Formats: sequence, structure tokens, C-alpha cells
Amino acid sequence: MSDATLDSKGGAGPAVADDPKRRAAFDARVAAEGKVEPRDWMPEQYRKTLIRQISQHAHSEYVGMLPEGNWVTRAPTLRRKAVLLAKIQDEAGHALYLYGAAETMGVSRAEMLDALHEGKAKYSSIFNYPTLTWADVAAIGWLVDGAAIVNQVALQRCSYGPYARAMVRICKEESFHQRQGYEAMMALAQGSPDQKKMAQDSLNRWWWPSLMMFGPSDRDSPHSAQNMAWKIKRESNDDLRQRFVDMTVPQADYLGLTMPDPDLKWNEERGHYDFGEIDWDEFWRVVKGNGVCNRERLQARRDAHDKGAWVREAAVAHAEKRAARSLAQAAE
Amino acid sequence: MASSDWPLWEVFVRSRAGLNHKHCGSLHAPDAEMAIQNARDVYTRRGEGVSIWVVKSSEITAADPDDKDQLYDPADTKVYRHPTFYTVPDEVDHL
Ligand SMILES: [Fe+2]
Ligand SMILES: [Fe+2]
Repeated sequence: MSDATLDSKGGAGPAVADDPKRRAAFDARVAAEGKVEPRDWMPEQYRKTLIRQISQHAHSEYVGMLPEGNWVTRAPTLRRKAVLLAKIQDEAGHALYLYGAAETMGVSRAEMLDALHEGKAKYSSIFNYPTLTWADVAAIGWLVDGAAIVNQVALQRCSYGPYARAMVRICKEESFHQRQGYEAMMALAQGSPDQKKMAQDSLNRWWWPSLMMFGPSDRDSPHSAQNMAWKIKRESNDDLRQRFVDMTVPQADYLGLTMPDPDLKWNEERGHYDFGEIDWDEFWRVVKGNGVCNRERLQARRDAHDKGAWVREAAVAHAEKRAARSLAQAAE
Repeated sequence: MASSDWPLWEVFVRSRAGLNHKHCGSLHAPDAEMAIQNARDVYTRRGEGVSIWVVKSSEITAADPDDKDQLYDPADTKVYRHPTFYTVPDEVDHL
């Protein structure tokens, strides 16, 4: 959502140097839950961090269409196909809201897309895992969108206005994503033995990557303190991850599926589920570009961009023709 | 005009008749008509609106946030512009 020009152009613009007086006033305002709007003065580091975070978020929505797109033509029923198409279309919308929010900080969408296509920008690692069966589409809706919601609900209170507003809109749309996934998973879990096996297999493969979506452990998150103080980040990675585990385990129980974690058990004293250690080697391997699908996803994005060039060109030609026609009419 | 040069449009949606159009975001499009078509797909997929306005972002003039104090603070001292400033008897109705 954007307010972009209202914002990126003509305003205070990027600060040249951090002015200590303005910085103190900014910090105080944010600490008091005041919101920051695009043309307001902001520390350069705040701007940089948000551009990185919002653009990565946008790229995630954008690339996130690919694993599910893989199943559109093979959805088991027309109903599931219509639902999947609607969900994927929403994700494209989410990418647009977020690119718009990032643009309010003075970076152009073209620059962001170039960075993505050149492999310089990151997106969520979860989309570098393959969707091998239909159950994976169900698991993505249930777990991946479920995890995204936990993260995004917290971000609705982000100090940066355009980002927070985009999150509100996105969260409203996400809830159907999670529910349709759970419903599809339930159909399999309550289906034939083969279908149930497929559901379990998919849960086995998606559970850990879903937990990884919350990022590195708090022990290894160097930027967290400043980002928390600036309310760019509202809750720690481990707190959000715990919330996701606590809400999802009973959902799996209801389906009669087993989480692939022998250490998972309810801790009465903490009032939370304890769970096993994430495979951080795998986490960093995929982040650094060596997951199963990193290359394939990026190539698919580039191809889509290149193959869509004629559509963009045709739109421009159409606009020019229309402008010329109305000019000629005005001259008559 | 390359696609990266498509102008930015601010989108305003009226959620139902009787309400104001409200700013809801922005998008890029080659011209106003396509901006409206895109806005329909991006911002009203669930009956969020019955009418859309698009305005080229570059056509909007905005006040400088640094002038905030100078522009809006003078109103703070004019409390007599609010009905609660006046003392009137409780037993008199319709005031
Ligand atoms: Fe999304
Ligand atoms: Fe989603």
C-alpha cells in the first residue's frame, strides 16, 4: 500500500547524515508507539533495514506463487482448483502491496525486481522446497501460510505506517489461505490409507522448514535489539516460533497426524510445547542458495519476467495509441 | 516508455455508496484506464469497493511534515471551537 509519491518524492528525502537531535526525537516518538510515515525524517539505518525487510517480504510473496502454481493444472477437483487460483492471485496482490510499501522509502519496484532476478535479493527459504504431491499444496496452506500469519499479525504493529497497513490488509486475506490448506489436509487425513500416508509424508517434509520460517534463533540474531527498539520487529523469532508450535500441534492431533519430532511434548510448567532443535546447517544451506529449488525458482521468475515483456510492451503501445487518439479528438 | 517508467497511481476506493473514497494504496500502470483495471484486481477482489478513483501520484501536492507544528498547532489553543468548551445547564435539553 503505498502513499508512494506522497512520500518518496519531494519530501525530506533520505537524510544525508544522522542528526542527533532529530534521531532522539524519532526514537522517542517510536518508543511511544508513534507511527512513522514516508515523508517523515528517519534515521538512514531505519530506512535501509525496512527497505531490505519489506522488499524481501515482497519477493517472498512473489516467488511463493511458484510452488503452488506447480499444481494448478493438477488440482484434484474444480473446487480445489478455483480455490488455489484465488489464493495464488492473492499472493500476487500481497507482493504488489509490499513492493508499493517499499517504494514509499524511495526505492523503485524495477530496482527491487532487478535485484531479485540477479540473485542479489533474498526471499523466504521455504519456497526453495519442492511440492512433490498434492498434499504439499495442502501443507503449504496449513503450515506455511499459518506461520506467515503468526509473523504478519505481529507486523501489523510495525512502526512504519505503510508496512503496517499492508500487513492489516494481508492478514485479512491470509486467513482463508490457512483454512483452505487445513481443509484440504483434512480431506486427505480422513481419506484412504494411501491418502493419509501422503498427508503424513507431506507433514514430515514441511514441518521443520515451516519452523525455520521464523528465522535464526534469538541467540544468533544480531540485529534484533535495534529492530525491536524501532518497532520494526515486534516479537522475537523464538517467541513467534513457539506461538506457531503451540497453535499447530493440536491441529495436527485433530487430523490424526504425527509431528516428525520425537522431542515434541507439552511442558506443563512452561505452558508451552517443548520441541527439538532445528537443523541449522540445513537452514543456512538453503539461505545461502543451496536448497533443492533455489536455482529453479529464480530461473522460473526470470523466465516469467522475460516472457511477459510483450504484455508490458503491448500495454504501453495501447496507452500511447489511446493518448494520441484523444489528442486528435481534442484538436477537431 | 519502458514498463519501469510506468507512472505510479494512487488508488482511492469507495467501499459503498454514501461513504468517501478512501486512499488504499498505489500501483503502476501505463495510463489511467489500465490503472483502474489493475486497481480493480489488486484492491477489490472481495467486494471492498463500488467505485475507484486513480490519481497520478506526481499530481498530488502534499504538505511538508516538517511544517506540522506551524500548520496544525495553532488549533490546539482554540478550544472554544469545540462544543465541550461551553457550560450549559443539565436540565436544558437539545443543546
Ligand atoms: Fe501472502
Ligand atoms: Fe498466503
